[in-house]
Amino acid sequence: MSGTYDVIVVGGGIVGSACAWECARRGLKVLMVEAGIVGGGATAAGMGHLVVMDDSEAQFALTAYSCQLWRELAAELPGSVEHEVCGTLWVAADEWEMGEVERKARYYEERGVAVEVIGGKRLEQLEPNLRAGMAGALRVPGDAVIYPPAATHWMSERAGEAGATVWRGVEVRQILEEGAVELAGGAVVEAFVVVNAAGATAGRLTPGLPVRGRKGHLAITDRYPGFARHQLIELGYLKSAHGEEGDSVAFNIQPRKTGQMLVGSSRQYGAEGGEVEPGILGRMLRRAVAYMPGLRLLNVVRVWTGERAATPDKLPLIGPVPGRSSIWLATGHEGLGITTSLGTARLLGERLVGGDPEIPYKPYDPGRFAWVPVAGQTGAGVGAW
Amino acid sequence: MRVRVNGTEVEVSAGMVVAVAVARAGRLWSRRSVIQEPRGPLCGIGVCYECRVTINGQAHQRGCLVACQEGMEIEADE
Ligand SMILES: Cc1cc2nc3c(=O)[nH]c(=O)nc-3n(C[C@H](O)[C@H](O)[C@H](O)COP(=O)(O)OP(=O)(O)OC[C@H]3O[C@@H](n4cnc5c(N)ncnc54)[C@H](O)[C@@H]3O)c2cc1C
Ligand code: FES
Repeated sequence: MSGTYDVIVVGGGIVGSACAWECARRGLKVLMVEAGIVGGGATAAGMGHLVVMDDSEAQFALTAYSCQLWRELAAELPGSVEHEVCGTLWVAADEWEMGEVERKARYYEERGVAVEVIGGKRLEQLEPNLRAGMAGALRVPGDAVIYPPAATHWMSERAGEAGATVWRGVEVRQILEEGAVELAGGAVVEAFVVVNAAGATAGRLTPGLPVRGRKGHLAITDRYPGFARHQLIELGYLKSAHGEEGDSVAFNIQPRKTGQMLVGSSRQYGAEGGEVEPGILGRMLRRAVAYMPGLRLLNVVRVWTGERAATPDKLPLIGPVPGRSSIWLATGHEGLGITTSLGTARLLGERLVGGDPEIPYKPYDPGRFAWVPVAGQTGAGVGAW
Repeated sequence: MRVRVNGTEVEVSAGMVVAVAVARAGRLWSRRSVIQEPRGPLCGIGVCYECRVTINGQAHQRGCLVACQEGMEIEADE
């Protein structure tokens, strides 16, 4: 189909905004359509930890690459983005977890990411509010923190400066097969390529998508500067994040530039609705207090939830829908989309112009799953997996 | 009984709340906001959070709700 635009990006979360900016920067004629507020979806609910993760080689490649891109961008980020290179401490509660620290350290080092193994005594000095007697931690000094909605707003502005058109408060009702979108009002806008970056609800526009929601709770405290100094995550987090079907919680605390402490996190499949659930919120906070007893005395000022877009292999979907060269995907980032937004945009931009991405794109290609887009049917994405 | 507000001893009676001690120390406000505006007790019933002070090292306590106790250390923003 001949395009009014080269690319239409559906969804103005951090992923869509990064993609729109990247495509515009490359000289493509871009339209980004956001139904609500730019950065107001999962992006506004997330933690904003820019973190290198090693669940799989492909996850490591994408997160490390993305963190590198964030570092290159750091000097340009406005103050509102609250970028801070506080580093991560993966906290080991016992000797078994310390073995995991050693393994993780080797893995990161072999792949060129600087890390430091921290003993129990040193950990007490670095983070005096952690429960005494921890075995140690792995420090990843290059990891950082941002305020995702502000970063997204900034990216969408940069996209605009680079020539992209941004429509806010406009809903896409349907992505048409040939590469065009039908708006809620019925108007049709054409493009060579439509990128579905609608986050956890992407399956409504591309039925059959192997993505489902994984709900998470967060709580934020009043300002207690210095209570925690790094992003602190229990190594047991790995069990929680991988943990198959059941609801899980893990200790994860993030110091904000404001002095506030952002406390997470929980993971639930199939939890309908965005409301805060006292049961799992309580579990999450008790877990956090078990690691940092002093947290009990801090005032929580707000709690909320967000929906992660989870895929079966925990890797995002970046590239064309199988058999539909004009419909592309940029979704399925689960709990890492703030981090991997930049890597995603680079991969997508490079692939769109037929270039050679800096990291292999295959692990994220939607064609890796045997699924067929369900034509002419709208509704939730697959529930089967 | 006596409490201290930013190091200055203040005489209070049993049952008086911390916000009263802060007022007796001659202070109109308890804290400064994020943008450094002076803020002081407004509602007096624990709803507005404007009266927050640090009590015995614990930050963000509502002065209008906490009863004074002998020897209490209260810190208000300057
Ligand atoms: C509790 C929690 C903690 C997290 N912590 C972290 C973290 O520390 N680090 C990290 O890297 N990631 C984290 N994440 C993950 C991260 O928040 C997400 O991966 C990321 O925000 C996904 O961005 P997105 O742009 O794909 O989705 P969204 O931000 O949801 O954006 C999708 C947008 O599409 C719009 N849209 C949907 N349908 C339509 C339509 N039909 N027409 C037009 N627009 C539409 C929506 O309005 C929305 O704005 C966390 C997530 C949660 C829930
Ligand atoms: S004066 Fe309003 S909460 Fe104390």
